[in-house]
Amino acid sequence: MPIQYYITLASILFCIGVTGALTRRNAIIIFMCIELMLNAVNLLLVAFSKMPFAVLPNSTAAAGTDAQLFVFFIMVVAAAEVSVGLAIIVMMYRNVHSIDVNFLNRLKN
Amino acid sequence: MDIIHILFWCLSALALFAAIMVLVSKNPVHSVLWLIVVFFAISGHYILLNAQFLAIVNLIVYAGAIMVLFLFVIMLMNLNAEADPQKNSWMKIIGVVTGGLLLTMLVSAARSSSDIASKTATLKVGDIGLIQNLGKTLFTDYAVPFEISSVLFLSAMVGAVVIGKKD
Repeated sequence: MPIQYYITLASILFCIGVTGALTRRNAIIIFMCIELMLNAVNLLLVAFSKMPFAVLPNSTAAAGTDAQLFVFFIMVVAAAEVSVGLAIIVMMYRNVHSIDVNFLNRLKN
Repeated sequence: MDIIHILFWCLSALALFAAIMVLVSKNPVHSVLWLIVVFFAISGHYILLNAQFLAIVNLIVYAGAIMVLFLFVIMLMNLNAEADPQKNSWMKIIGVVTGGLLLTMLVSAARSSSDIASKTATLKVGDIGLIQNLGKTLFTDYAVPFEISSVLFLSAMVGAVVIGKKD
C-alpha cells in the first residue's frame, strides 16, 4: 500500500480533529478531538515504521521497532493527560456549572 | 484488488465517517461512541500493518479505559439534553476553513515530495510489531523512558486526586 495513502488518511483525520477543536464549544468534545489528533499521528508513525529501510546501510531486522515504541509512549502520555484533564474539567463544572469554553475564558473566578 | 486492499479502503472510510460523526453529533455520548468506532478502525489498520501489540494496546487503553472515563464524566455531568448553547455560525465557518486549509497544505506537501512517492508500507509481513521484539527493545534501549513514564503516571494520579478532591 503506498505510503501516500496513509499520509493522506492521517492528514484528514488530523484536520478533522483540528476543525473540531476550533468549532465545538463543549470542553469534552474538544478534548476528544485532541485524542483524535493523537491517534492520527500514531497511525502515521506505525505506517512509517513499516516502510522498507533500503536506504539505510546498517538497517537490521529490528528497524522500525523504535517508531512503534514511540507510539506506545504516546499512548502512555495520553492516558496520563486524559486523567488530569478530565479532573480539571470536572472541577470546572463543579465551580461554574457549565463546560462551555466561552464561559471558561478566564482562569480567575 | 485482494482482500487486504478492500479491508484498507473499508477501514479508512469507516474511520473518516466516524471521525466526522464525532464532530456533528449533538449529543456528547454519541460523540464518545463514534470516537470508539474510530479507534476500532485504527486498530484494524494496525493489524493490517502487522503491529499487533499496538492494536491490542490501542483497544485496551483507548477504547477500553480512556473512553469509559469520558463516558463516566459525561454521565456525571448529565449533559445529555444540552446542545451547543451558542450558535455561532461565523466561528464554525472560520474553523472549517482553517482545517481545510491545513489539510490542503499537508496533502499537497506530501504529494509533491519525490522522496516518498515510490515508498510503500508493507502490509501483513514483518515481525517488528510482535510483542517479543517490542519487549526486548523496550527493556534494553528504552528502560529509562519506561521508568520515567511510570513516574509520570504516579504524578498524574496524584494530580488527578488533588484536583478532583472536594475542598
